[in-house]
Amino acid sequence: MDTEILGVLVLFIVTVLLAIPLGKYCAKVFKGEKTWLDLLKPVEKMIFKISGIDPDEEMDWKQNMKAMLWLNVIFFVWAFVILITQSLHPFWNPDGIASMEPTTAFNTAISFMTNTNLQHYSGETGASYFTQLLVFCFLQFVSAATGIAAMALLFKGIVQKQATHLGNFYQLFLKSSTRILLPISVLVAIILVIQGIPSTFEGAAPVITLEGDTVNVARGPVAPMVTIKQLGTNGGGYFGPNSTHPFENPNYITNLIENCIILLIPIALVFAFGFYIGKPKVGYYFFGAMTVIFMSFVAISIYYEMSGNPNITAMGIDNTLGNMEGKEMRFGTAASSMWGVSTTSTSNGSVNSMHDSHTPLSGGIFILDMMINAIYGGVGVGFINFFVFVVIAVFISGLMVGRTPELFGKKIEAKEVKIAALVAIAHPFFILVSTAIASYLAANNPDIGWLANPSFHGFSEMLYEFTSAAANNGSGFEGLGDATPFWNILCGVVMILGRFIPIIGPIAIAGSLASKKYIPESAGTLKVESFAFTAVLLSVIIIIAALSFFPALALGPIAEFFSR
Amino acid sequence: MTKNASTKLFESALVSAAIKQSFVKLDPRIMIKNPVMFCVEIGTAIMLFVSAYSFINSDQGSPGYNIALFIILLLTLLFANFAEAIAEARGKAQADSLRKTREETPAKVWVDGKIVSKSSASLKKGDIFICETGDLIPSDGEIIEGIATVDESAITGESAPVIREAGGDKSSVTGGTKVLSDKIKVQVTTEAGESFLDKMIALVEGASRQKTPNEIALTILLSGFTIVFLLVTVTLKPFGDYANTTITIGALISLFVCLIPTTIGGLLSAIGIAGMDRALQANVISKSGKAVETAGDIDVLLLDKTGTITIGNRKATNFFPIDIPEHHFMESATAASLADETPEGKSIIELAGLKGYKHPATIGSNSFTIPDARTIKFTAETRSSGIDLPDGRKIRKGAFDSIKKLVESEGNIFPKEAETIVHTISSNGGTPLVVAENGKAIGVIELQDIIKPGITERFERLRKMGVKTVMVTGDNPLTAKYIAEKAGVDDYIAEAKPEDKLEYIRKEQQSGKLVAMMGDGTNDAPALAQADVGVAMNSGTQAAKEAGNMVDLDNDPTKLIEVVEIGKQLLITRGTLTTFSIANDVAKYFAIVPALFMASIPGLQALNIMNLGSAESAILSAVIFNAIIIPLLIPLALRGVAYKPIGADALLTRNLLIYGLGGVIAPFIGIKLIDLIITPLVL
Repeated sequence: MDTEILGVLVLFIVTVLLAIPLGKYCAKVFKGEKTWLDLLKPVEKMIFKISGIDPDEEMDWKQNMKAMLWLNVIFFVWAFVILITQSLHPFWNPDGIASMEPTTAFNTAISFMTNTNLQHYSGETGASYFTQLLVFCFLQFVSAATGIAAMALLFKGIVQKQATHLGNFYQLFLKSSTRILLPISVLVAIILVIQGIPSTFEGAAPVITLEGDTVNVARGPVAPMVTIKQLGTNGGGYFGPNSTHPFENPNYITNLIENCIILLIPIALVFAFGFYIGKPKVGYYFFGAMTVIFMSFVAISIYYEMSGNPNITAMGIDNTLGNMEGKEMRFGTAASSMWGVSTTSTSNGSVNSMHDSHTPLSGGIFILDMMINAIYGGVGVGFINFFVFVVIAVFISGLMVGRTPELFGKKIEAKEVKIAALVAIAHPFFILVSTAIASYLAANNPDIGWLANPSFHGFSEMLYEFTSAAANNGSGFEGLGDATPFWNILCGVVMILGRFIPIIGPIAIAGSLASKKYIPESAGTLKVESFAFTAVLLSVIIIIAALSFFPALALGPIAEFFSR
Repeated sequence: MTKNASTKLFESALVSAAIKQSFVKLDPRIMIKNPVMFCVEIGTAIMLFVSAYSFINSDQGSPGYNIALFIILLLTLLFANFAEAIAEARGKAQADSLRKTREETPAKVWVDGKIVSKSSASLKKGDIFICETGDLIPSDGEIIEGIATVDESAITGESAPVIREAGGDKSSVTGGTKVLSDKIKVQVTTEAGESFLDKMIALVEGASRQKTPNEIALTILLSGFTIVFLLVTVTLKPFGDYANTTITIGALISLFVCLIPTTIGGLLSAIGIAGMDRALQANVISKSGKAVETAGDIDVLLLDKTGTITIGNRKATNFFPIDIPEHHFMESATAASLADETPEGKSIIELAGLKGYKHPATIGSNSFTIPDARTIKFTAETRSSGIDLPDGRKIRKGAFDSIKKLVESEGNIFPKEAETIVHTISSNGGTPLVVAENGKAIGVIELQDIIKPGITERFERLRKMGVKTVMVTGDNPLTAKYIAEKAGVDDYIAEAKPEDKLEYIRKEQQSGKLVAMMGDGTNDAPALAQADVGVAMNSGTQAAKEAGNMVDLDNDPTKLIEVVEIGKQLLITRGTLTTFSIANDVAKYFAIVPALFMASIPGLQALNIMNLGSAESAILSAVIFNAIIIPLLIPLALRGVAYKPIGADALLTRNLLIYGLGGVIAPFIGIKLIDLIITPLVL
């Protein structure tokens, strides 16, 4: 028991220790300072030359967002076309996988473009090697880079003084891929291959079991995809069972490594912000605020999972290993809880245990984590989401110290508050409204057949699905029959809106802040790097999330918990 | 008018007027300006229909329960309206007492060389009127001819009359003040109804009140919260359907009204009006609400040395006789100062008096003259003044170099000792005045600036607020530095000309700082206009008053400090009550959510941590608490949350504990208490 918890702590500490230097490095990359990876410059230059883009052109926030959106439209079209035609491709389809049904393809293309990786298909039977590599793996890189580049625009907006431009999206986008994602991926993928994860273009391997049956064991270029799915907070597994599958996550060591890289970039980018604005302390305080929530969630989840299922204990069955339903013996409860909180807080969405089978409050914590969606958060976008909370917290606490609120020397006025409020409303809007539609349909059509579980848990399944889609997380409570046009389309829409509104809004704020006059600090200025502000920030995060979702959570996980 | 006249918050006359207004303000066209309360009004209207419906059909709960909810919601609206109305009434009362002084006064208007009597209300800009001894000045204006003593106590509360004369910085007169002597010709500078006071009254009364930028931003944030809670409430209906729970409309509306920030929403405009009103109580007329708000953000404060940091003018503090008895020196010094009308001259006589010497001429007489003596006036050329006494003594006092020249021209040696004393005094920030008798230096008088008692503490307070203080003085840099250090200001502008102020303000603003200054002269006008907060003294020229965005009726140069605190208080009150309002929601959830589902999901009874009596009593208690917290907080909204200059961090911690944590805990207690009281009634 104790070693399980120790494993969780060691994992977290090692991750943070790696994240600090990585954060410093990322800040340098965003600023365009010299790094040892400058040797990639010729490659980047060539890419820009071929695409006809001037990477040094300074663009304002609108131009940058336009660039981002057009790029993503191209990604979507590419993915959608490949998915519905994959049976026709001449190579990299040794197992003869069929083309995808259009609404599922629609959902899947959006899902990977938006860094969600919600999978309404099963990887080994639904996607060819061609699709896995050139759609999924590719989008896992570029969607992550989109998020990171958007965040770098935000950084620039905060330090800019009375200027309109925020840098160049194309350049930041490419650099995020070549300087941050690619090098770490190569390194980690090699380690994972050494640990036994397959990486091959050969088709399924026939294996004769002890009973004498022949089984075709699916395989493929797994290691590279697993790496970027974790590193880029994508979460879309090569195989249907995701990281519970022994080829994706064969042992406790790979579990540690993969969990570490789930958290690595999201945490590093928080530090990167501090380094970028020249106040590392700010990064540490923001990290501290997030970690208070993260660790509380981990503790709650571990506590309930280790305590086991009281109903099973009541039956007189030994429950000392904790609640092992839907978990892998090689990971145990603590590592599964840690992974669960990591994957839901970072909008990753890969799973190493079945979240559906977690005890009610642990499952509820996962949902709440995605409802907040800013505890480290998805690469780039997590910090952008967090920034919205910072704006609101600064506004309220600025008033409380008797100054019209200012953030990093820029006044927060009606315009910024308006955008921040809109973005803060968007997330609950997507989740509550879509869940309400589903609830309404489920309540009025008892034979609709979506829910494997009745009552509160069924409600949690629907709530989880939409929360996951809105948060661009991608994990699911798998009891939900979600491969229907209703879920495909509604989730697809929620994913797109949940992806781009929370990016565009804050970047618009950054654009507005960039053009403002810089006000130097005085003794009357509120410092964000203080305990008092951190307290306000935490209250704002918890209160906005808790107040928006308390009734929904009460009807799902909380009711289930109290009604056992 | 005396300062802080109406410290009593609820005067009965004001209260009855405010109650009337509370109903008038229910008009949806007025209500819609406040999105949060407008939502409550819609909810109230729906409850009215539900109440009627529940007489016919019982599926929405009992009529009594629904009517109770309707009444409580209506009260919530009325309470919020009352908060705004009482703030307006108080501001209006304050302004009325000022306005009373300028009601219908006959004006002697000068038309084509003849005097025509007109009512003050019909005066137009540009009209010229005449005021003689005993006349009330009918309108604000500028003296174009003559000089008069004016009693301004009606406006400033200061009983000593002041001199107003054509030309220069003392040419402006205020309507409602009284001419005590002489005759002046005045040109009207403002149309009736457009004076500062009229503008201020309009601002307070709400007719022309515009929301300040910060108020708009906060309203947007509160609207955001309202939308979120609208979503929460509306979606709860299908959620409930799924969970086989029927939720009554009354319960949903109650939940909605409880969750949206009605406390701050109801008090927001009252807070803004009260801020203006506090400024008015401090005898500062603000031309806009924004100016008060900006005052709270001031980074740099420009203060004139004289009158703000030091008391009036320099005073004699020491006599240094050289080679003669002190008694003799005091006699000569006093004699030389008898005819000197300057404050410095008078202070020499005072100091001698304190040291026990009284010149015969000053005893029992006010004329201060010595018969047959010849007084020598100060001229810029000689830079000295003095007296030729009948006994033949020629006494001169003046600046060091002029007396030295005089002494040396008489063929005497200027004593080394005197030079040392002069130097010591200068380096201590004082001004040396050398006295010579018959061409020989006989001693030095030390003049010192007297720093106002308590001013150092005020600067310390400002420093803790993060405000940088800058002293503006005509003194030489050495003296300026000494006084700046002694008074504790952060910076100084020595040998300042009016352009220097403007220059300094521009420089600070360029680095992003907000600057406030006070001024009275026409040559201050550009700087007043440039400053983010420019406070013009009421005694100042019309140009200065036009340029600034506030007018101080008391002509008190330290008023800026109060203005800054009033601005900060305004923002803090908004921030803390917003925090309180949102924090309240936690307890309200724990009251209402279990109440909604207790029947269909018994497990959720566990969330009823307050152990409230029944579903209906829980909902009623939450709504009642939500309503009565508004009137309970009206006094706080009107007085403002106290500002303590303890640094941003400490202040935030303090307010967070009181209004954040307090806001979480208070409703748990309040709702439980109300539940204990109403449970027997509901059953």
